[in-house]
Amino acid sequence: MSQSTGRVLGVNGNMVSVIVEGDVALNEVGYITVDSDGEEKRLKSEVIRVRGDRAEVQVFEMTRGIGVDDRVEFTGELLAVELGPGLLGRVYDGLQNPLPELAAQCGFFLDRGVYLNALDRKLTWAFTPKVAVGETVERADTLGIVPEGIFEHRIMVPFNRYGSYTVRQIASAGEYTVDHEIARLADKDGNEIGVTMMFEWPVKRAVDCYAERLKPEDPMVTKVRIIDTFFPVALGGTYCIPGPFGAGKTVLQQITSRNAEVDIVIVAACGERAGEVVETLREFPELTDPRTGRTLMERTVIICNTSSMPVAAREASVYTAVTIAEYYRQMGLNVLLLADSTSRWAQAMREMSGRLEEIPGEEAFPAYLESVIAGFYERAGVVRLRDGGHGSVTIGGTVSPAGGNFEEPVTQATLKVVGAFHGLSRERSDARRYPSIHPLESWSKYRGPIDRGMVEYARDALHRGNEVGQMMKVVGEEGTSLDDYLWYLKSEFTDAVYLQQNAFDMVDAAVDTERQRFAFAMLFTLLTRKLSFAAKEEARSWFAELRQRFIDFNGAKWQGDEFNRLHKEIVSTIEARTAGTEENAEQLVGERG
Amino acid sequence: MRKVYSRIEAIAGNVITVTADDVRYGHLAMVTTRYGKSLAEVIRLDGNRVSLQVFAGGRGISTGDEVVFLGHPMQVSFSDNLLGRIFDGRGTPRDAGPPLEDNLIEIGGPSVNPAMRIIPRNMIRTGIPMIDVFNSLVESQKLPIFSVSGEPYNELLSRIAMQAEVDMIILGGMGLKYDDYLYFREVLEEGGAMSRTVFFVHTASDPVVECLLVPDISLAVAEKFALGGKRVLVLLTDMTNFADSMKEIAITMEQVPSNRGYPGDLYSQLASRYEKAVDFEGAGSITILGVTTMPGDDVTHPVPDNTGYITEGQYYLRNGRIEPFGSLSRLKQLVNDKTRDDHRAVMDGMITLYANYRESVEKRSMGFRMSEWDTKLLKYGALFESEMMDLSVNIPLEQALDRGWSILAECFAPAESGLRTELINRFWPSTGGSPGSVAATAESGSDGETA
Ligand SMILES: Nc1ncnc2c1ncn2[C@@H]1O[C@H](COP(=O)(O)OP(=O)(O)OP(=O)(O)O)[C@@H](O)[C@H]1O
Ligand SMILES: [Mg+2]
Repeated sequence: MSQSTGRVLGVNGNMVSVIVEGDVALNEVGYITVDSDGEEKRLKSEVIRVRGDRAEVQVFEMTRGIGVDDRVEFTGELLAVELGPGLLGRVYDGLQNPLPELAAQCGFFLDRGVYLNALDRKLTWAFTPKVAVGETVERADTLGIVPEGIFEHRIMVPFNRYGSYTVRQIASAGEYTVDHEIARLADKDGNEIGVTMMFEWPVKRAVDCYAERLKPEDPMVTKVRIIDTFFPVALGGTYCIPGPFGAGKTVLQQITSRNAEVDIVIVAACGERAGEVVETLREFPELTDPRTGRTLMERTVIICNTSSMPVAAREASVYTAVTIAEYYRQMGLNVLLLADSTSRWAQAMREMSGRLEEIPGEEAFPAYLESVIAGFYERAGVVRLRDGGHGSVTIGGTVSPAGGNFEEPVTQATLKVVGAFHGLSRERSDARRYPSIHPLESWSKYRGPIDRGMVEYARDALHRGNEVGQMMKVVGEEGTSLDDYLWYLKSEFTDAVYLQQNAFDMVDAAVDTERQRFAFAMLFTLLTRKLSFAAKEEARSWFAELRQRFIDFNGAKWQGDEFNRLHKEIVSTIEARTAGTEENAEQLVGERG
Repeated sequence: MRKVYSRIEAIAGNVITVTADDVRYGHLAMVTTRYGKSLAEVIRLDGNRVSLQVFAGGRGISTGDEVVFLGHPMQVSFSDNLLGRIFDGRGTPRDAGPPLEDNLIEIGGPSVNPAMRIIPRNMIRTGIPMIDVFNSLVESQKLPIFSVSGEPYNELLSRIAMQAEVDMIILGGMGLKYDDYLYFREVLEEGGAMSRTVFFVHTASDPVVECLLVPDISLAVAEKFALGGKRVLVLLTDMTNFADSMKEIAITMEQVPSNRGYPGDLYSQLASRYEKAVDFEGAGSITILGVTTMPGDDVTHPVPDNTGYITEGQYYLRNGRIEPFGSLSRLKQLVNDKTRDDHRAVMDGMITLYANYRESVEKRSMGFRMSEWDTKLLKYGALFESEMMDLSVNIPLEQALDRGWSILAECFAPAESGLRTELINRFWPSTGGSPGSVAATAESGSDGETA
């Protein structure tokens, strides 16, 4: 692509119209030169519409001070990110500008027009070649490896090098910087290209260098009971967390970002509070990842475009995040992308669509909202790589529906494409029943680690208890039969000891699969037993006491003395009350033998 | 000599359009009409057609009036001379003092680099138990008071302003009733706080565009003071008026509304103001306390709704009291573990019991029989409301916690309180019931926080 220039024609918020001399591509990056307090600043922008020789660009910075006739330089390149070793542990803005480095240069504030390298050019990496001269390679094939933290980071043929190449030269083992040439490849016509340890990839294009996409089957363990047991997420799957403000979306994602059993977590703080990112930013370097013994930060990348940062960069930020996720997937890793909140991203699109004067859809969102959301979540997936290995990108996005009402365009469009729905309820968060995922309205299409039949049984019990609870509001406790009342107590019990989980308790905060199976089996026993009580009051206090014990049990160290003691007590307490098996459970219990 | 344009091509609402060259986006112009001069800000450039929003409003502007571009964006004078002064939304004095013109700073500047932020750590004491005990205000927090017209939200704001342990106060008034403006002035003067206060006040009768400037001008000044080491409390009342002014301009500019007439960028606009709340490492801080009146008492209305998504919690002011339910300080857990050992337990325990009280009230209203436990709760609820919730209660945190214990002791046996034995042994007033007397367990602690 040639590099064209242009002149500013008009400014409307963060959208600038430009008259272009030469060719220009959609999503091409351009820089607007503006005089800012006597200093010349170049403001990064992206072409979002072309009509004849007129282009509309969205500016990733404040547009104050731009004037008609200001010069625009197009780069010939699409909006892209740098890929290579050294992404892990970093904190970037939506355009992959490293924020701590920016702070070191500019101080407290985000000065506009300052763009730093995403990857450190001075750091060296211990390279080991994996190909020999004369071998044939394609894009994404491994040329060598470098250790990056606990991972073996693959140095690959850049994804944008289509066709096949012959290796002409390959660097010997040694320490190199990312921009050092480590190989020379020749295409079929003999033209040579140099390859370094880094390359760029346009963020809005999905990385597609794998052999095949597979169906997500294996669970991605979050260590949140209600999720793993009732509404599981699969590696390579997608899920969403809609909920009104303050319901616990961010806390749930923060918990997941710490505890999820994946290799790498990409946190995309998209248009939300800066303060929330700071917690992650300050705490992760101090927290140990139990899987690796290293700090959590070493498996994390933070993309942070908070609500007061420029809106256009917010739109780009989710793509920056997913591109980095896809890059690590190519190394055979399981990557989890958590985006908070996708509604802010959709709103960024809405703002731009409004400025472009496009015909608005519902609530003024653009008509293409659905397809853009679908396109984003479609970038998740488990893939078989060409070397036979597997990698996955799992995407979880929060949704912040206006008025907390799920009947709105972003929630609805998201529900159409995701594999699991964790709907947070105001009622539950007000009652401080955390995590406030609604147990009756949420769903998942994935398989979890716990036996399905048993989970279905528990779900039915919750339904039944809920119905009794509703009825009781009208007729009072007096008007409810003992049998119904027991279902109510069983479901409340399930809620208190299993669905709710104490994020602040050292032990209860993260429950692995083994322990979930164990605890669920105990709960299942209770649910399937016919219990004998003389009166409601007796039942109520029996359950209250059992509940307290179960909560203590949840806080007891796995298979410690306290754990074993409480387990025994709970089991024998239940046995002592048992008067048979519930009819609807006979078959299930029988099957389990 | 700056070029004078004397042909205004269009006037719609508060927005005028002129044909002019060499104009920059976001810069100011002076419009001279026969009623006087007004500043105007460039809000759109389309070739040489320039749209400006006129601060004094479009009313009375004639197509023949003069427009001169000033070549800079909106600025305000910054110095210690601001203290004790009262200005309007443009920064011109409302009091008898001289206009300030030295050391001009831009308003609406860039946001703080998230990497430079620190985790908030200092509690701001207010003397209001519903805040200090139950939803502590934290330095650098942004928190609105959700309320409806008629409620004493401005009284509450002024009380907090008077009592909060901060270095200075900036009051940003938007669409303030003139009486309320006078009220604020009176309270601060009487309390001797005027010398550490700056007012930027737009009253209900002032031009609507000026209302839009109030948060930015207040926060720009606050930011400078904070960088100079001051702990600044910014009070913004009423942010719903600010949002409504934005709506008015958006409609004039024929923007497609997203929700009930509000522009699609309402969230971003509000967020860019609220996110100015910050604690500068090694310098001062900005804490923002706003008022958001909820039209029709509807929290799902776009203004409170978007605000709730931005701020770090909210206080609901209803029937003259801060409601314990719905009210939330999302940062409280960062500070309430460093106050007194019983703080968190009293906070959780009393609220759980108060929730049970509300249930008993409901049962009673439905005609169900009141048990002995219900009767105890009813007594507790009444005491809690009069001794804790009432806004006239004005005591330090420690005293409020003591009072909490004595309310509990007056109504319940220790075991019924649902509080941990260890705390009961330390804090239960000796005149109350003896520890461990009644065995009945309170239905509490289900969220595991009291345990
Ligand atoms: N699992 C939990 N355990 C304990 N407290 C929680 C939990 N989840 C949420 N909370 C409480 O609720 C508050 C709000 O939670 P959070 O910030 O996650 O809400 P949100 O849904 O992200 O809201 P918003 O849409 O406004 O960002 C937290 O500050 C915390 O006090
Ligand atoms: Mg959140």
